[in-house]
Amino acid sequence: MAAEKKLAGYICTGCGIGERLDAKQLQAVATREGKLPSVKQHPMLCGAEGVKLIQDDIDAGNATHIMIAACSRRSKVEAFSFPTVAMSRANLREGVIWSRPAGDAHQETTQEMADDYIRMAAAEIKFMTVPESSGEQELNKTLLVVGGGMTGMTAAVEAAKAGYPVHLVCDEPVLGGVWKDLYKRVPFRAAAFDVPGGNDVDLPQPEDPGLDDLIEQVMANGRITVHLNAKITKTSGAPGRFSADISVDSGRTLTENFGAIVQATDYKPYDANQLPEFAYGTTPDVLTNFEFERLAKQANGAVIKRPSDGREVKSVAFIQCAGQRSSNAGHLPYCSGFCCTESIKQAMYFKAQNPGCDATILFDDLRTPGAAGEDFYRSGQQAMVTFTKGQASAVVAADGDLRVKFKDLILNEDTEMVCDLVVLATGQVPNTGPDPYAQLAVDEAPTEEEKAAARAALAVAPPSILNLDYRQGTDLPHLKHGFVDSHFICFPYETRRTGIYAAGPVRRPMDLKQAMDDAVGATMKAIQSLENAARGSAAHPRVGDLSYPRFRKEGCTQCKRCTVECPFGAINEDEQRYPQFNESRCRRCGTCMGACPVRVISFDNYSVDTVGQQLKAVDVPDEFSEKPRILCLACENDAYPALDMAAQSGEHITPFVRVIPVRCLGSVSLSWVTDALNSGYDGIVLMGCRRDDDYQCHFVRGSAMAAERLSKVGDTLTQLNLETERVAVHEVAITDLKRAPAILNEMAETITRIGMSPFKF
Amino acid sequence: MTAVVATNETILVVGGGISGMTAALEAAETGKRVVLVEKRPYLGGRVSQLYKYFPKLCFPTCGLEINQRRAKQNPNLTILTMAEVTGLAGDKGNYRATVKLSPRYVNANCTACGDCATAVTAQFDDEYNYGLGKRKGAYLPYRMAHPARYVLDPAIIGTPDAERAKAACRYDAIDLEMQEETIDFPCGAVIWATGWKPYDAAKIQPYGYDRFANVITSVEFERMADPTGPTGGKLVRPSDGKEAKQVAFIQCAGSRDRNHLLHCSRICCMASFKQCTYVIDAFGADARINVYYIDLRAIDRFEDFYQKVRANQNIKFIKSKPASITQDKDGSPVVHGVDTEGYQRFAEPHDLVVLAIGMEPAVDPASFPVPIVLNREGFIEAASANGGVFAAGGAADALDVNRAVQHATGAALRAIQVVNSVARAEV
Repeated sequence: MAAEKKLAGYICTGCGIGERLDAKQLQAVATREGKLPSVKQHPMLCGAEGVKLIQDDIDAGNATHIMIAACSRRSKVEAFSFPTVAMSRANLREGVIWSRPAGDAHQETTQEMADDYIRMAAAEIKFMTVPESSGEQELNKTLLVVGGGMTGMTAAVEAAKAGYPVHLVCDEPVLGGVWKDLYKRVPFRAAAFDVPGGNDVDLPQPEDPGLDDLIEQVMANGRITVHLNAKITKTSGAPGRFSADISVDSGRTLTENFGAIVQATDYKPYDANQLPEFAYGTTPDVLTNFEFERLAKQANGAVIKRPSDGREVKSVAFIQCAGQRSSNAGHLPYCSGFCCTESIKQAMYFKAQNPGCDATILFDDLRTPGAAGEDFYRSGQQAMVTFTKGQASAVVAADGDLRVKFKDLILNEDTEMVCDLVVLATGQVPNTGPDPYAQLAVDEAPTEEEKAAARAALAVAPPSILNLDYRQGTDLPHLKHGFVDSHFICFPYETRRTGIYAAGPVRRPMDLKQAMDDAVGATMKAIQSLENAARGSAAHPRVGDLSYPRFRKEGCTQCKRCTVECPFGAINEDEQRYPQFNESRCRRCGTCMGACPVRVISFDNYSVDTVGQQLKAVDVPDEFSEKPRILCLACENDAYPALDMAAQSGEHITPFVRVIPVRCLGSVSLSWVTDALNSGYDGIVLMGCRRDDDYQCHFVRGSAMAAERLSKVGDTLTQLNLETERVAVHEVAITDLKRAPAILNEMAETITRIGMSPFKF
Repeated sequence: MTAVVATNETILVVGGGISGMTAALEAAETGKRVVLVEKRPYLGGRVSQLYKYFPKLCFPTCGLEINQRRAKQNPNLTILTMAEVTGLAGDKGNYRATVKLSPRYVNANCTACGDCATAVTAQFDDEYNYGLGKRKGAYLPYRMAHPARYVLDPAIIGTPDAERAKAACRYDAIDLEMQEETIDFPCGAVIWATGWKPYDAAKIQPYGYDRFANVITSVEFERMADPTGPTGGKLVRPSDGKEAKQVAFIQCAGSRDRNHLLHCSRICCMASFKQCTYVIDAFGADARINVYYIDLRAIDRFEDFYQKVRANQNIKFIKSKPASITQDKDGSPVVHGVDTEGYQRFAEPHDLVVLAIGMEPAVDPASFPVPIVLNREGFIEAASANGGVFAAGGAADALDVNRAVQHATGAALRAIQVVNSVARAEV
């Protein structure tokens, strides 16, 4: 470890760098000011010869910390891959020559920009080390799957097939969960390819639910241990070393260790007692889709009879979207996604038994997506199920009949139909635990009143499922409507609790086929998580990063900012209220580092110093030079690529700005802002990702945390007697190729207007 | 000769769009060796051609940047672009893949400086922009293309343009002698993620896509809305460049149709809602939008987005599968049909008609290298008869991006199950 640091710099003069800039001057800056004992130039550093030049120095033991001054750190990543040494990169191509107009008039300031980037990269590299994992990791291949429904059983079986043992925890006496009452399932497949006779033959039919088969696979699998009537009463630890207390009905509790966790607790049927307008609860002949499925299962192919009088059902109405897609109190605002095909299937039960039975589906939009969905819709039409575009408003029970009042949307008139039975297509309510942020809200509420309100909100929350022994609450954070999720478009499995992956209807409403497919993906992520934990590597999106938060305990004031702000709930507190970082729960965003007021948290390759020393290395000309200095801290995920691509498209930026990429705006330490102001910077621009409900921050809350912290910067500026305009925080998207440079140029104009900072030395 | 290090514990991923990239990265980040084969010169597939995602209206390049960074940094992943799988011999756990590599005429020395593009003169239809714009004969397919390496159009080889490109390059990156080559290597499992293609709109004869300039497809409209696209983000009529303020979206164009695709393409309703916001953003109160539909399929949580769009007074929803489109004397497309809610006939002129075009699986049964189980719509069905070949994303069903990613993640596990059993990975 503690081998001597050998610093070396490499300057590329290709891609026009050599023509646009004075390379001798760059070399001199790197040597004299950057204090790099060895600085070499090459006309094409990324080519085989250039790479060899660097590799030879590394192999000869002459370079352990290297500074590469060439293109952006986003370019030529594969060429400049030297995993055994620490590396910083000065962005002379995109960051300087492509961002600046050519010509003598601009030469001086453009060269100064490049000189500064050399100084900055030389300063940064001195404070970096090659990350090494803590060495405390072990490979624990066992998965915990919570939920004994079809989703959970699928997760268990698929993990076992890949060679990973599983403990499957089911809170009921039998496996199957909400799916165990299925008489048949909506077919998993579309119509087969090469069947003679055209498109309308052999359309998919309701099929065996496959429950018994799956249970058999689970029970027969030597890699799967099933716990019935069991609950998780405590979960602690981190990926690779989770520990869970599994309590069974008998009162016995066993503690098992796991590498990762899949939560597959499915859904709870919607409580139809909130639908009195449909006579639910006043007559047994109005059933929910879930209740009707049980009835069909009991009938098992025999005549389906009315619960009230045992009469054969000769007409049935299915009311779609019952208590769903509605803003009424007690209704679900979302579409549950599975009910259209479910109703078609249930209508076909009647048709299979008695083609004369009148089965009508009242719908507004019939939602049967994909190939299998649309084929099944056609199958229902072929079975002569009636599809009526209509909005049901009431069900009235009278004289043994049910009258369904509805607006026929095709004929545009209010009408009604009489039938024997009504099935309400009700929705799925996610079976998740309480939102941890609802729990934290109680702790964090500033006033007693707000505390009381937070407690009241929590009182109606569901009981915990995982009972996480985490500083930030007992369960997975919710995204919307009680579903757990985060980046649900690009990275749908990334929950905000590392190593714990949600599968099935806890993520979003879905049918059985989707839930079982979803279980496979979540299991994949869980396996990946425990494998990476064993290597000491971060989870998404920084897989391969071996750095983790190091912490100087002597300096810690136990202020708890890090444990509160971590977007992933990774940090616990010990008995003395010091933070415990749980490195394999950490996603390496650095939000804890940014939160820490006493600067005791750092990463091997990213720290208060690696950035702080860069901004201090910049040459700040005096007040009368007319050359202000603007510091830009740009999120490396969106804002920094936007600036790179802006340069690539020929957008110019002020030569007075110095851009430093940060892992996430959440990692920005306020000390950087105050240091910059104290060192005479005239303006500071912070660029992070969108942070509202539709957030784009890759670390979920990092950008929001930063914005909150930085909202107090105005006070600092006022104390220093500086104009508040000198610090600006912006949300910048990766597509802001015109706007991002414009923001920097506007800051330069602002400085021209309000004048230079008086803090120059 | 391109060399690929692989064994029968290697996973081959065919297709480098969002599904293939996801499957490849998830497997590689679990420690498996992966070879990713992509037909185009760059990764990202159709997702890279989208301006925004629904329902967040965020930018696909944001997630793509992360995925590209993951790809650049992962030592387990080998990426072959301009490559197509032409053969697959053997069985589950023990395949040998044959891959044809088309010449790029640009080697790894390329720094993406752009000098070759400046030097050449010939122009070609830009396939990245669905032919709505032109590109040079030496080009970077789009700004964020990965690999960030230029491509020479084969049509300029042997012309003075090729020599000009070569002369302009200071890094010896242009190799006009580059030849097509065929390589083969072992692999244990295959993830087939070739995605989808837009249904050929010209086949929907009554809509006149091939006759009327102002009838375009949803994928073309997406390029038009992109500020880096062929119109600089301006929503205009292709016929005369005038602002397209009155826009019709025709749902199920080619989908749910006995004459075309039988299936529901799933994404088109949400895509049209998203594109409605482009028109509203561009023209505010002056925007007039008609959405013609059979069913509005804003499944599950997407309902929120639908309700938000629905609340806009300038967007009308008409339950109708339009019968035909004609063109009036101003070149405005006129949509004819019957509003089935109340049975009213209509003939509505618009500045622009956008066909919410269906997704056709990009799976060719005739050239598929092994026997494969397809469904009637041409998507690959999961079946044990497929051996160690697993479909991911759009090759398996009409899926939106998040479902494609979800599906591809699962496909990675299926492949890992095979290679782990090859490795006899014991617990």
